Amino acid sequence: MNGQGGWGWRAVKAFTVLVYLFMFAPIAVTVLLSFNPAQFGGFPMEGVTLRWFWELAANDMVLRALRTSLLIGALSALICTLLGILAAMALVRYEFRGKEWINTLLISPVLIPETVLAVGLLLFLRWLEQPRSLVLLLLGHVMLTLPFVVLVVQARLIGIKRVYEEAALSLGANRFQTFREVTLPLLMPAVLAGILLAFTISFDNVTATMFWRPAGVETMPTQIFSMLRNSISPEINALGTLMIVVTVGLPVIGAALARYVGRGQR
Amino acid sequence: MRVTRALNEKSLPIIRYQQLNCIADRFAARIANNASPKNIKNIMSDALTVAERRRPWLLLAPTLITLAVLMVIPMIIMFTYSFHVYLGNGRDQPDFYLGNWAEFFTDGYYHYGIWQTARIAAITTVMCALMGYPAAYCIAMSRFRRKWMLLLLLILPFWISFIIRTLSWIHILGEQGAINATLRWLGLISEPIPMLYNEGSVIMGMIHFLLPYMILNVYVSLEGIDRNLVSAARTLGCTAWQAFREVTLPLSLPGLAAGCLLCFVLAAGSYVTPLILGGPSNFLFGNLVFDAVMAELNWPMGATLSMVLLILLGAIAAIYSRYMGLSRIYKGLSR
Repeated sequence: MNGQGGWGWRAVKAFTVLVYLFMFAPIAVTVLLSFNPAQFGGFPMEGVTLRWFWELAANDMVLRALRTSLLIGALSALICTLLGILAAMALVRYEFRGKEWINTLLISPVLIPETVLAVGLLLFLRWLEQPRSLVLLLLGHVMLTLPFVVLVVQARLIGIKRVYEEAALSLGANRFQTFREVTLPLLMPAVLAGILLAFTISFDNVTATMFWRPAGVETMPTQIFSMLRNSISPEINALGTLMIVVTVGLPVIGAALARYVGRGQR
Repeated sequence: MRVTRALNEKSLPIIRYQQLNCIADRFAARIANNASPKNIKNIMSDALTVAERRRPWLLLAPTLITLAVLMVIPMIIMFTYSFHVYLGNGRDQPDFYLGNWAEFFTDGYYHYGIWQTARIAAITTVMCALMGYPAAYCIAMSRFRRKWMLLLLLILPFWISFIIRTLSWIHILGEQGAINATLRWLGLISEPIPMLYNEGSVIMGMIHFLLPYMILNVYVSLEGIDRNLVSAARTLGCTAWQAFREVTLPLSLPGLAAGCLLCFVLAAGSYVTPLILGGPSNFLFGNLVFDAVMAELNWPMGATLSMVLLILLGAIAAIYSRYMGLSRIYKGLSR
């Protein structure tokens, strides 16, 4: 099996191609069908049109959902990244008692089912006798996203040698200056990755959002979900294509920019 | 008044100097008394100022407060809510009432829900392992120059909306989907084959969603294996298959276990996939929670069912953590 070129290895390779096909063919089909002029969102293809994208642009409900999603996504990315950097600094740069427990606590929102987290937060809100609001949605998304951001920043911070910070400190910089002038620039790739990851997770979340959203407020995924209830229309496919462009396109542009900036610095 | 202040200001540096000297002396004495490296470390940490020791906690405070308010307190409140009495019409009353738990333990509907959830999650996990392991192996072992592209493609699904990935299966399995359209175009069938809205389509959607988690976890552990071990096994006379079975497979089991845990927990906790791809009878335990809370507004029952889900999946994670440690999960996730 290890002898590359043997039949076993070739079988593994062929199987891997099939797995990749399994993962991407459905998505490709959805993107393809978003250009289909037929009234129903399915096969056969009857041509190519951009009509469904124009109809989306005129759909007020979709636009409102998009605005809500962008707002919540951007804010939770910002908050999570701030909190995540602080927490990662503490976990990587300091030794203290109870670190294992803190690590477990930080990872637990990933392991606890989202449904349970969502019901818990709703019950808390009910206990406080508050109505559901966008703030609840924002705080909920922060909780769901925080572990991922902390992990990403932590992974990068472990790779940054302490000597740079020690050099700055011994040259008379205070802690904050050291962080701003040395640690943060070195950490920047992870910070950007964290922001994008947090944004995407928030933008994408549907499981918990269906519990938390205030009456009458939709985010992009819940909007798609309620449109699905009626029928699978070509507009949904167009919306899907658009969302793929946003969530895949943004990181790709981000990575390209980071590379471009990195080259400029060198 | 002015004189005393002047005196104080002048004497201040001297006092400080004396203090410092005093501390240094004590330090030197303690080091001389017990000079093992461990003790020196202890003395050093004693000498750390209170502010220094508080700093990590200050840095952690915002995160810990956020998680405490948004997760820990709600879980406690959820526990107390499971003992409330449901009065109907979305109203309930605080009490120490065991009726919700009694209902859960006696009503066969909930037991069936647990059984169905466990079965679907287990099938999904096994399928993910069977499909994910060879793929991860292929990526880890390949000498393909653009390996990073294969990895990037693996991470890509995480960036594509979950709901889009789920509904895309309607286009594959549905009556107007790719499979039926192709078969009809080939003239093999005249009526579309019903493949959607059953257990199979739910499992398909879940595998599609969870496979990247599995592949990444297995990949991380395969990457960490020293290649020389396999070469050593081969020179000692193992066949390629034996080397894989005796060396590579056992060393990658922790990653496989981590992937399986993640897949099982995420599959068992979901409820959206059955709503999109399942029929009325293909519900998971999460759907029961969703119905209790959002449709019936029966908060106490919703709290009870959520507690059940939390306890069952928590037990699985705890057993796993006892044998494997949770740190592997972070490794897989931070990729």
